[in-house]
Parts: sequence; structure tokens; C-alpha cells
Amino acid sequence: MHKEYLTVSNIVGPLVIVEKIADVKYNELVEIEDSRGHLRRGTVLEVSTDQAVVQVFEGTVGLDIDKSRVRFLGRSQQLPVSEEIIGRVFDGSGRPRDNGPQIIARKRLDINGSPINPDARDYPSEFIQTGISSIDGMNPLVRGQKLPIFSGSGLPHPRIAAQIARQARVLGKEEKFAVVFAAMGITFEEANFFIEDFRNTGALERAVLFLNLANEPAIERIATPRLALTCAEYLAFELDMHVLVILVDMTFYAEALREISAARKEIPGRRGYPGYLYTDLATMYERAGRIKGKKGSITMIPILTMPEDDKTHPIPDLTGYITEGQVILSRELHRKGIYPPIDVLPSLSRLKDKGIGAGKTREDHADVLNQLFACYARGKEARELALILGEAALSDLDRLYLKFADLFETEFVRQGEFEARTIEETIELGWKLMRQLPKKELKRIRPEYLEKYYSPAAAAGGEKANEA
Amino acid sequence: MRQGKIIRVAGPLVVAAECLGAKMYDMVRVGHLGLIGEIIELNNDQAYIQVYEDTTGVGPGEPVVLTEKPLSVELGPGILGSIYDGIQRPLDVIRAQHGEFVSRGIEVPALDRERRWPFEPIKKAGDRVLAGDIVGYVQETPLIQHRIMVPENGDGEIIEIKEGEFKVSEVVCRIKKESGEIKELNLFQVWPVRKQRPVKERLMPFEPLITGQRILDTLFPLAKGGTACVPGPFGSGKTVVQHQLAKWSDAQIIVYVACGERGNEVADLLLSFPELKDPNTGRPLLERTVIIANTSNMPVAAREASIYTGMTIAEYFRDMGYSVALMADSSSRWAEALREIGGRMEEMPGDEGYPAYLASRLAEFYERAGKVICPGSEERIGALSVIGAVSPPGGDLSDPVVQATLKVVKVFWALDDRLANMRHFPAINWLQSYSLYRDSLKKYFAEKVAEDFVELSQEAMKLLELEAELQEIARLIGLESLSFKERLVLETARSIREDFLHQNAFHPQDTYTSMRKQYLMLRTILHFHHRANEALEAGKEFSDIVSLEVRDRISKMKYLPEEEEALLQVEKEVDASFKAL
Repeated sequence: MHKEYLTVSNIVGPLVIVEKIADVKYNELVEIEDSRGHLRRGTVLEVSTDQAVVQVFEGTVGLDIDKSRVRFLGRSQQLPVSEEIIGRVFDGSGRPRDNGPQIIARKRLDINGSPINPDARDYPSEFIQTGISSIDGMNPLVRGQKLPIFSGSGLPHPRIAAQIARQARVLGKEEKFAVVFAAMGITFEEANFFIEDFRNTGALERAVLFLNLANEPAIERIATPRLALTCAEYLAFELDMHVLVILVDMTFYAEALREISAARKEIPGRRGYPGYLYTDLATMYERAGRIKGKKGSITMIPILTMPEDDKTHPIPDLTGYITEGQVILSRELHRKGIYPPIDVLPSLSRLKDKGIGAGKTREDHADVLNQLFACYARGKEARELALILGEAALSDLDRLYLKFADLFETEFVRQGEFEARTIEETIELGWKLMRQLPKKELKRIRPEYLEKYYSPAAAAGGEKANEA
Repeated sequence: MRQGKIIRVAGPLVVAAECLGAKMYDMVRVGHLGLIGEIIELNNDQAYIQVYEDTTGVGPGEPVVLTEKPLSVELGPGILGSIYDGIQRPLDVIRAQHGEFVSRGIEVPALDRERRWPFEPIKKAGDRVLAGDIVGYVQETPLIQHRIMVPENGDGEIIEIKEGEFKVSEVVCRIKKESGEIKELNLFQVWPVRKQRPVKERLMPFEPLITGQRILDTLFPLAKGGTACVPGPFGSGKTVVQHQLAKWSDAQIIVYVACGERGNEVADLLLSFPELKDPNTGRPLLERTVIIANTSNMPVAAREASIYTGMTIAEYFRDMGYSVALMADSSSRWAEALREIGGRMEEMPGDEGYPAYLASRLAEFYERAGKVICPGSEERIGALSVIGAVSPPGGDLSDPVVQATLKVVKVFWALDDRLANMRHFPAINWLQSYSLYRDSLKKYFAEKVAEDFVELSQEAMKLLELEAELQEIARLIGLESLSFKERLVLETARSIREDFLHQNAFHPQDTYTSMRKQYLMLRTILHFHHRANEALEAGKEFSDIVSLEVRDRISKMKYLPEEEEALLQVEKEVDASFKAL
């Protein structure tokens, strides 16, 4: 039996300070019973000889100084796991939320995990076909990558994430896979959209959901993604599954972290976020990856909404420094009615180079990708120029580029929510657009590929179209 | 061993009482798990300790064991090709012993104690030696001879020296000092990481570090023994630049410190280095490389130590007379670790919450670079170049870490988001970047590359600057308002950018360009420019000039193999096509 303390001396925001303690450890799990007998959970944030600072997940509303009973449980927060966990829905603290039974634990895992030894990492190199051209063609995702979606409020990131979860597959392989979904602070409607989508496509049977909705305790959000990742690690590295982890919305997570930091009166870093936000985010994002000698993998798609669409805000900024690229959504494209409104130029996939090419996608993929980027960038510059000087002031070549940029957006980027393009189709589409431009403009493409794919017949067709 | 008692735990910071007599920066073992930590502040009998491992489960009352030794590294054969964490624990050994995840309280020696190394003496009994003198060597890898040096305070006369196969801890040489004391040398020495290794004399750098990256070598060269910084927002290619330097620069030893960065990037280095061949020697790159990996999810305090661990190892190889290059990716993460620990110690913060001593710590770190005469009687010259990546928030160069770094480094490679978005790599902005070594390297380039190399690179620079001005005008009043000569400048500048500065790190031929080829490429581009200018003066049509087929040949020069003939051929074709005009 654990000792019970009635020595709460201070309650500040989400923090409770307990005095006259003995044998309390850092990061230990705590149970607090309020005057009406309700249990809440928390962890020890700081401990000295006679005092412990406890962060309470469910918040401190209704707690009092004299009647609250505090028990230190002698272990850190754990998640019970077994094969049965697949197909279940939990709340943000890991309690079943689907009226199902408790998980009978095969193992209890510390939700903080341990860092993967860099020497044990296997480099991600298996191309995942998402069926979305602006991702597959331009910013390809590979197994074991962490690729966030930087979105803004009101942009269709849930639809894109759901489309990826629905369509993602590795070419030529049928393997065990699962989706782990963690919701932090999103609305019921948004969460329900995902659940319905998973249900309709049958993905729900292979999914594990951890939900902390907008009206639920904010501090609980600190634990939610860690629970999800612990579950993902179990599925990937012990049950050999390929796991796709979706985390929405990391912005709310970071805000919860800021709330605790403020309550502890810590010296704030940028915009009031704690100085350790980078390290804290990294301990989660870095749990994605592949391990040598293990079959499974963890691919992660964290989603965050950029406050005021500002990429330099600390949350997207620090995320971008940790993750292997980013997919950025554009409000401008969204306004033009283009779905998915993926802003191709600032988006990036860092792991693409080993995941594409002959034998994986197609030999010319890397060159096509670089060329499309360069052409689209030039086209967008021409568009800006045309805005200032009028289209008449553009050179003939610039006008071609301008047209290229328009077509790129309406034909390459735009596609249906249920349209899954193969990588072949995506690359061919890229060539179709590039044939609008004279051959010698395509400097990023190796001559042999230019010879092979920029077929003169098709080129002539393109030129005629231009004249018309 | 003396013990203290923990009285407070706050994340990576632990406070212990009853530690009177402990010294600053001494190593300690914390708690029942024996976690490794370092004392960073003393207050009466209380010691503030930064712990290099996760402190979950540690609480007040647990013991702190004082080792009374500073945090040190082991320097000896077996370092090359290794991968260490921030406090020099070999990650491959940890993996073999403890599995795929790094657990806590692990103690593993940095150098393999069982492996035997062939030691060849070059001194004999009776020789007088000074500290720093080489007594013999171990062929550590086919590429690198590991020179065994007399450690500090080892001046004296050799009374015995052995030959044969030894473990690192076995005595190979005994020296009788002036005082009559006998100093025993084994194959390794121990050195505290925060203490600079001594040098005899510092020299001015005069030789470039050839990197095979055209924009760096031709426009913004770094000297051997110099310092450079690469700041840029995320996605602008800092890490690719660092990797390219680690792969292709002509330093003999590379120390790569992955400080608070991505685990997969380290995996990439580990997988590609054994396969990649050094262009100068043809041997696998791993044979000359040491990797220090303290990724972002590994404990934050060890991240702070990692760059010192790397620096000390680099200095040790410099002392042998090698040219060493250290890459630190990224110093911002190191600064953040300082900030985090400083915050937990409730220090008064400076700019952006960074501690007030940030600038002095950075300066101290970069000053450990340099071209030097190594200690000892042999006048060996060694060089240690340092290239630090900086990751400013939002790419904002007014960030305190960037500003403090720029005050001490001599080369600035500014990465540009806009270029990265256009997939112009390396995305180094030619207008913002600078190198203060251009003058001191002039002589070397004139002698070793070509008489007119420096002039050509200055001309290229001038054209790029002119381009920026002309573009501004064109944007305001339209391209038509420019004269043909001005439009030719735009065309040539574009060619310099796209055909010369743009370099594809993932193309087998393009990834590395020798100085000779860089020179010929640039000469051809500028030759075209001069001929075109002449042609314009002779009344030829501008549109005819810019649509010459030979321009296409120039743009493909980067893919040509490193053959003098083929490269010179392009220049001849330029002449031929102007003649035909």
C-alpha cells in the first residue's frame, strides 16, 4: 500500500505542491483523491527533500488544500499492451473509451520510451505511394519517416491525412500494417471525421485511437502522444507491423506544455514557450523510424496548425528542425479551390533521395522532381512579375513558364479526394507539363532521360498547343 | 569513494548536499542507477550537477558518488571509424550489449580494451624526448597512421621501448624524467574535454580546404585551420552541406558531431561512409572519420558535452600533424542545451533566454581551431578547421547564436530559403556570404590552380552583383529598357548560377569537382561572355548569340568526367561557334 499524504500546500494552475514527503522520485506517477473521492492522475515534475511539484493531468478544478489525498505510485506512467489493443479507442490518459474491457497486459511499457540507439537505426528507403501527386511526385514519403503537415485553421488537413491513411501502400508488397491515431485538443466533429473515415474504409479494425478532445483536460495532452507512440513502438518493433502514426494537433500539445511552464514560473523562450520545447518535441518525433533487423516500422505524420499561417512561429519552426521535411498547405491554393492545397515549393521531403529512382519508383524520378520544382518556381516568379508589369511585359519564355505554373496547379497538384494516382501516372503527368517548355530549358534532367522521355512527337503536339 | 546525497531533482539538473571538496566540472555518478553527471556549480557543500542521462526515478536521499576526475575522453587507437555518444561511449558496443534502445547507467570504455594493435617504435632507448614527440605508431586503418605521442609532462629520456602487438592499456614505453620519476606510456592518453590541448605556436592559415563544392572553393573558400559557419532555416540544406564537406573535403581526419539532430541523418552517415571512397586516396571514408552522435532525443546535458568531446578528439589528431576538419551540426542545439540547464539553475537570462556567457563559450570553442605547430621537438604542422551549422529560429539571422558565431568565424556561408525553394542547391546566397580568407589564399590559388583563377572568381562575383542590380531595374521598368550588353550580363550571370554554382550532391559526377575542373568550367563560361561582348560590339544580333547551341554544352559541363581534353574541347567549341556566327 502506498503512503497517503494530506500535505498539499499550494495549488497553482495545473500544479499541486505537496510537502513533507519521503522517498519520492522524479517523473513518478501520482494519484490524487479529491474531497469527493474522485481520482486524478499526475506526474512529479520536480522533487526536493521535503517538497514535490506535481502536474495534474485532469486539471485542478475542485481540488482543495486540506482534504486532497496524494499517493505516489512508485513508477512512471505506463501503458498496458497486448495484441488486443488493435481496434480499440482510448481516452487521452489511456483508459478505454469504447465501452470495451480493460486491456489485459502482456507487458506494461513506460510511456516515455528510451531513445533509439543511432547505431541501430536503419535508413528509411522504402517508397510509400500515397496516391497524391504533389506528395509522391514532389515530396515522396518513405517508411520510417516523420513528415508533418503544416496547416492553418480552416484548411483541409484532416481530409488530406485521411486520404494518406486510406491510400498509402508500399509498391508490390502486402504486409501487416496498423494506424495509430492520437488526437490532442481537436473538436468532436474533427475526431469523428477520422473515426467515420476509418470505419468506412475498414481501417478501424487495424487502428488504435487515443482521443483527448477540446473539452477534455488540457494537461492530459502531454501524455496522449506518448501513449500513442508507446503503442506504436509495441506494434512495430514487437509485433512486426508497419505503423502509420497520425498526431493532431501538435499546436495544442505545445500550448499545454506552455501552460505548465508558465505555472512553474520558468524563464520563457520565444513567445512564452519553454526553452526545452525543441527537446520535448524531439523525444516524440524521434520515436519514428526503422531498426536494423526488425521487420516493422513507424512512419509519423504529425499535423499542426500554424498560428496566423506563420511558418516561423516556434511550433512549426522547431518541428521543421526535427522532422524529415514538411508538407505545407497554402491558403492561396485553397481559395482557388484546389484540393489538396499543398504548397509544393516550401514543402520538402528529406529522405526522398534513397527512396526513389530505378527499382523503387522510376529512374528519372529525381530529375523530373528537380526540374518541376525549378520550372514551377520560375513560373511563379513570372506570375509575380506579370502582376506588377502586366503580362505583356513578359518575355516569350516567361509567358511559357507562367502557363506552366498555372497548369501545374490545376492539373498536377489538383486531384480528387478519392483519386489515387500511381507513381507512373504522376511522373508521366510531370512530363506532359514539361513538354510545354523547350527542351533546352530542362537543364536539371540528365540528357539520356531527356532523350528517352521527352519524345519529339509529344513535343510537337505541345508546341502546336502553344501556338493555338 | 566520497559520497554526497541528493536533495533535489529537476529534469537533467540534480542538486546534492554533503559534497564539500568536490571540484567544478568533476564527474559524478548519480543515484542508485549510477547515472553519469558533471558538477556545474558549487554552493557551500551543495553541488549542482547536470546529468547526462534521463533522471526518471531518481529522488532525494539517493547517493552521489564523486569520482574527483573531470569529464575526459580516451585518446588512442580504435577511435577512427567509431560512433560515440556525447560523452564518448561507443554506441555500437552499447547496442551489442544492451539492445536497440539506449538504456541508462551503462558504463563502457571508449576504446576496446581487448583488441591488440601492432606498435612500431621510431625512437629507441636513450633518446631524449619532449612532450608531444612521437615515439612510434600504430597503423590504425590502411589510411591513417596513429602516432603515439609523449603526453604532457613526459619530457625525459627513454629507458625502454617495445615493439609488437599490444592492447591499448599495455605499457609500450618508459621514460625517465629529470626528477628521476619513471613515466609509463601505454597506447592511449586521457584528456579533460573542456581543456584546450596545448600548441607550440599558432600560424596564419594559407592553404585552402578543398571541398569539391564549386561555390565554396571558388567564391568563398575556407582555409585549413579556419572557421566557418553555415546558418539557415530548416530545409535550406545545412546538413547536406555538412555531409558534403565530411565526404569530400581534403582533410585527413573528419570528426563529425551530430549534436541534437536527427537520428536518421546519423544512420545515413553510418550507412554511406563505409561505401563512399575518398577521392584523394580511394579508401572508404569511414577509415578517416569519427562520428559523435547525440541525437535530439538523447539526454540534453550530454548534447552540451558532445561538441567538446568532438573537439578534443580533433585536437588530438591535429597534434599528430594531421589536417583535421570538425563539423558541428548544429551549434544552436548546443546553445539550447546551455539555455535549458541555465534555466533550471535559475540563472539570469540574456538575449532570447540564452545565458549571458553564450558568446564567450562560443568564442572559446571556435578559437580551438587553427593551423599550429604541434608540441614537441619536431616542428610538425597540424591544422584543425571547424565548420559549425547554426539553426536560427525562422532563419532569422539576428538570432543570438548566429550573431555570437559571426563575431568569431571568418567564413560565412548563408543559406537561403528562397534558393532552396527553387531547388537551387547548395542554397548558399552569393550576395550575403563572405570569406575573409580570400586574400591569404590568393597566392596558393595562383600557384597551385591557375594564374588567373582569383581574377576569374572576382569577375564572376562582380557579374553576380551586377545581375542583382539589373534585375531590380528590370523589375521596375521592364527588361526591354536594358541595353543588350546589360542583358548579356543577365544571361551570363544566369549561366554562372545554373551551370556553375548549382551543384547536385546526389549526382555521381556532379557531387565532387576538382579545382582544375572548377577553373576550366568558370573559364569557359566567362570566355563565352567575353566573346559574346566582342560579337555585340561587332554588331551581331543579341538573339543569335544567346541561342547558340554551345551554351547547352556549357550547361552540361558539370556532368563531364574529370578529363582535361573533354573540358578544353568545350572552350574550343565556343570559339568555333562565334566564328560561325
